[in-house]
Amino acid sequence: MSAVFRILLLCLFFNLSAFAADGVDVAGQRISIALKSEPPTLNSLQASDVVSSFILNHVMEGLLQYNMRNELVAGVAERWQLREDGATFWLRRNALWSDGKPVTARDFVFAWRQVLIPATASRYAFILFPIKNAERVNRGELPADQLGVKAIGDYQIDVQFERPCPYFLGLTAFATYNPLREDFVLARGGSYAADAKDMLFNGPFLLTRWDHGAHLTLQKNKKYWNAAAIRLQEIDIPYITADASAVFNLFQEGSIAMAQLDTATLQEASARGAPMQLFDTGALYFLEFNLQPNRMTANVHLRRAIQAIFAQEQLTDKVIGMPGNLPTFSLFPRSVKGINGNFRDEFPPTPPPRGMAIAKQELALAQSELGIKQWPPLVLLASVSATGKRQAEYFQQLLQTGLNIPVRIDNQIFKLTIEKMNRGDFDIAMAGWLPDFDDAITFGDLLASWNENNRGRYNSPRYDALVNAANATGDQSKRMLYFSEMQKMLIDDVPILPTFESTEIYAINPELHGVSRALFGGDLDFRHAYVEALAK
Amino acid sequence: MNTQSNIPAELFEPAVARPTLDVAVASALPFWPALRRQLRSDARAIVSLLVIFILVIAAVAGRGLWPLDPAQQILGSAAQGSMRAQRALVVRTTIDEPIIELSPAALLPAPQLASPQHLQVLEATTERVKFRWKLVAGAHSYRIYRNTHAPRDHADLGLPLGFTTARGQVSFSDGLLLRPRDYFYSVVASDGADEAKTFATLTITPQPAIGLLEAQLQGLVAADVHDVTSAPQTVLLPAHPLGTDHLGRDLLARLLQGARVSLFIAISAALLYVALGLVYGAVAGFAGGAIDHWMMRIADFVIALPFLLFMILLRIAFGIAPGESGVMPLVIALVLLSWPSTARLVRGQVLQLREEPYISAAQLAGAGNLYIIFRHLLPNMLGVILVTLAFAIPNAIFTEAFLSFIGMGVTPPATSWGAMSSDGVQNLLIHPTELIWPALCISVTVLAFNLLGDALRDALDMKVQR
Amino acid sequence: MWRYILRRLLSGVVTIWFIATATFFAMHFVPGDPLSSERAMSPEIRKNLQIKYGLDQPLAHQYILFLRNMLHGDFGISFTQQNRRVNDIIREHFPVSALLGIVSLIIATVGAVLWGAVSAHYRRRWPDSAIMLLVIVAVSLPGFVTAALVQWLVLALNRQWGFTVLPVAGWGTWKHLLLPAWVLGLSTMAYMTRLMRASLLEVAHADYLRTARAKGLSAHRIFFRHQLRNALLPVITVLGPAIAAITTGGFVVELMFAIPGLGRYFVEAVQQLDYTVIMGTTVFYGAFLVLMVLLVDIIYGVVDPRIRVAR
Repeated sequence: MSAVFRILLLCLFFNLSAFAADGVDVAGQRISIALKSEPPTLNSLQASDVVSSFILNHVMEGLLQYNMRNELVAGVAERWQLREDGATFWLRRNALWSDGKPVTARDFVFAWRQVLIPATASRYAFILFPIKNAERVNRGELPADQLGVKAIGDYQIDVQFERPCPYFLGLTAFATYNPLREDFVLARGGSYAADAKDMLFNGPFLLTRWDHGAHLTLQKNKKYWNAAAIRLQEIDIPYITADASAVFNLFQEGSIAMAQLDTATLQEASARGAPMQLFDTGALYFLEFNLQPNRMTANVHLRRAIQAIFAQEQLTDKVIGMPGNLPTFSLFPRSVKGINGNFRDEFPPTPPPRGMAIAKQELALAQSELGIKQWPPLVLLASVSATGKRQAEYFQQLLQTGLNIPVRIDNQIFKLTIEKMNRGDFDIAMAGWLPDFDDAITFGDLLASWNENNRGRYNSPRYDALVNAANATGDQSKRMLYFSEMQKMLIDDVPILPTFESTEIYAINPELHGVSRALFGGDLDFRHAYVEALAK
Repeated sequence: MNTQSNIPAELFEPAVARPTLDVAVASALPFWPALRRQLRSDARAIVSLLVIFILVIAAVAGRGLWPLDPAQQILGSAAQGSMRAQRALVVRTTIDEPIIELSPAALLPAPQLASPQHLQVLEATTERVKFRWKLVAGAHSYRIYRNTHAPRDHADLGLPLGFTTARGQVSFSDGLLLRPRDYFYSVVASDGADEAKTFATLTITPQPAIGLLEAQLQGLVAADVHDVTSAPQTVLLPAHPLGTDHLGRDLLARLLQGARVSLFIAISAALLYVALGLVYGAVAGFAGGAIDHWMMRIADFVIALPFLLFMILLRIAFGIAPGESGVMPLVIALVLLSWPSTARLVRGQVLQLREEPYISAAQLAGAGNLYIIFRHLLPNMLGVILVTLAFAIPNAIFTEAFLSFIGMGVTPPATSWGAMSSDGVQNLLIHPTELIWPALCISVTVLAFNLLGDALRDALDMKVQR
Repeated sequence: MWRYILRRLLSGVVTIWFIATATFFAMHFVPGDPLSSERAMSPEIRKNLQIKYGLDQPLAHQYILFLRNMLHGDFGISFTQQNRRVNDIIREHFPVSALLGIVSLIIATVGAVLWGAVSAHYRRRWPDSAIMLLVIVAVSLPGFVTAALVQWLVLALNRQWGFTVLPVAGWGTWKHLLLPAWVLGLSTMAYMTRLMRASLLEVAHADYLRTARAKGLSAHRIFFRHQLRNALLPVITVLGPAIAAITTGGFVVELMFAIPGLGRYFVEAVQQLDYTVIMGTTVFYGAFLVLMVLLVDIIYGVVDPRIRVAR
């Protein structure tokens, strides 16, 4: 009956809540945006997706945080010290929860233990595994109090490592490392973070409204320690839709301040002269070959033949057709840091040999090794998104005309695609990788034989040795040499074929300034944004 | 039938064996000749039959009508309107080597960044535009903008196309969706943090071209050709009377292929499920009582099944073998899940008709159930059934389109009008023809079937005729 | 009558149990794991998750557990929205879909009766042809195409006139409701208009109309009391399924107009294999449909007393 009652209520009061949403409001320092989907969860113990991280990055703060330029800066911790065997953090005393109580070392210890206990079943538990005993706590072999992290007084945290972890500081900026207040979380039980009122915040914004699937509102947190640096008073999110043209329509109508563009809406936006901004995502996209012995793609010559006929710039310029997407041959995107500067500037990859003649040569070798004349169809596992389909059709035609290999595109519902990838039920899969933290190893160990994300099951003792060596030392110049070796092996062995590094392009209201995008485990970042009227 | 209980059964004799007594039935004219005569005099029927005939011929003949391969991608001619065959220069696309100019004086900080001088075109084809400029003192990097109109001021430049990455790089190469038209390239110097407000603009009109690798992939140039710089050659790119889609595939060829798939799905699925629903509904309505009750509960059960989930399930259960388009699982799923609405409608009609006096009359005359169903019930329901069928066909096309829209439709390289519309909607803003043609095909098909349905209905309605 | 309704309700419960069972096993038959995400999980983390959602139990056990919870009206916690109960999802999002559905059905039914009557009245003259042409155009485009075209058109109008005539997406005011409800109801309206016209013409030659005319009843009275009432039958028959189709089939409209309805949740749940949400929405919609069909049958009896529903 309550549903009927609600319908009646909706009918009666439908236009009372009416208000005209404006994309930007200069006087009120207020903006409206749209979200791609409802945040699946705002419990930092369980969040594992971009939309949730986007909200969490604005309402919560970890020990460290990334600034506008994606550099690590102080968060709740004001000082820190990183050693081979561990790290120590000293917390600032003016960091407060939204109910006015101070953020203490105990809140971090509680949260980290909570992530790891098996009953929480956190998907991102692995990101805490560099901490001593973390993995065993997560397996239920040790009680949570054996975790190698201690609160010393209210404002100091000591962390012990399982093995050297030169990138640990970057990890502490990740949402899974956020603090949680024990008394509050336990009091709410299973309903913690089920609604806006069931959450405590310590970040620059407060979540003040959360109508599921419809409307979220973030308002400036006046108790935030660095509140003076936050200029936006409110981020209103009255629209939730994944439909790119709906979002663009809302932007054109002036209802939202930013809209992500796809190939079609970008051209329309350019034609209308809409101001636009381009953001690096730090993501790498690639074709993953199945290297299990019963697969045609296990043959290196076949993989090299595919590498030889594939021109990355064709894909970025003509199939995707958006500026900023960078064709690449490397496992490490341009944002990965090297010894002093960028890894890619310090160790530029050698492009692989390309061309029709080389492809024919390699294909003949593959055919004689496999003892076949006619190629059986290869299965290309692709995502169902519009750009995913477009790329899949391009690769299908490329292999058909270039190598005379028939390709069958297998597009399934999302979970089935994932299942097929995990089971190794494919020949070629279209995949991508988003970095979790600011270190080359987040890409480097992707092809280690023990990594579950190595879906093609690349198994090279030499590659594994390089990953182990890079993990065993904190010496950046040595580590970068190992990574550059991996980069070379990748071009020679072709376990994956990198295609491009992605960017996102947004149409943006010209009065909105200071928007950046988090490269590591996040999305757009409005913490430094402000609204300013255009000079007439 | 309680009322008959006190009348002795032997007073009734079957009437069917005596043709002389069949006057009442025979006066309804022989069915098919009357229908044919009626249709021939109905303009709607002639037009719609003609359209359906043309569509079916087009679908069957396919490549015989228009020989281009519907899967062939010529990326250089993507998203174009109607175009004639044109010559394109074959060019070698190698990885771009940027021009580096390092002079110590130029790297010193300058109080104000000047606009770049001496812009010079190095390459101008639709495969790649490359140009260079003279180094600007104090510039760390340069941003490049591309417009299709001459930019008025700095604010008019829009989104940067890209920026130089190497130190001292004074050239830029662009290959982003180039067409043979005028482009205005602007170069702005930047000192690393801020961008100068002055810029220099260069107008370039790229020449139609195709990359060597792509030309070889399409079989336009032999595979062993390496050098096209010393011996330039051109190839003839095919004409596209209706234009191309976002991957440079010929729209006409794809429409013909889509016709085959869509019409097959529409006609076979619609006929099968309407037939199934008709038989089911007629039996249920005629049988009545408990049989009717439980048959309708089964229909309710099938209607309430989550269509999408079972569609996906059936797709997986039937599997799509390599080289198949996934049409059969779709038809089977449609038939298995769509019949109940027809069944309900037919049952409603039967319930109403069986109360009509002529049914009782036929029953009294000793007619069997089958005879009554086929001779009396079905002809009297033809109007509603034909309307249902007329709508069942677009319904099947739309279900296929909806599944394409969520990525569960036919498997590429096969295509359908629904899948083409789904692609077209994505590109509606920039290239509406990609939507208009398949949408028009769907419209015309629906129109034809509807008109035919109407004409049939009128033709079968003997009372109107007299 | 009441016994009839009770019997129908009881058999409805059986139908729902059938639907729930079929969906439950079909859903588990789809290969794939609701717990998986782009990022692969170690076996330990995966095991923890399976225990949390009870997926470590044998399927039969899960089924019994599901039935027991269903009897208590509890569908559990969503897999994708990890802190939300399925009951809450249905309670919050169904009213949105229902409101959209009701408005679009009202638009559709009123329009259908009106246009159907007009076009039957002017049979084969120009108003009939014009309406039939419009009807054909309305159903000749898939929903997502119509939605895209309507948005494009309204956006152009908004731009032309310099103010927002109607918002092209979003939810919250009656203005937000008009476009999506119209788009959603369009094909139903077209379908019902044709049915209406066809059955009006069908009954136009029935003996009781001839009798009525012979009796000298006014044309007005004949139309409303006899012709329209009898012609409404096929329209009512499709109304029940149409309600279900409109409230569940609003996915495309809900997605393209950014409306937080349940249809969107259901389709996303299927794609994400969100077991609990699939079961919850399926059972909910199943019950809804059974009730609607029952309602239609009762109305049927009222409109046409010759059909002895309570037999």
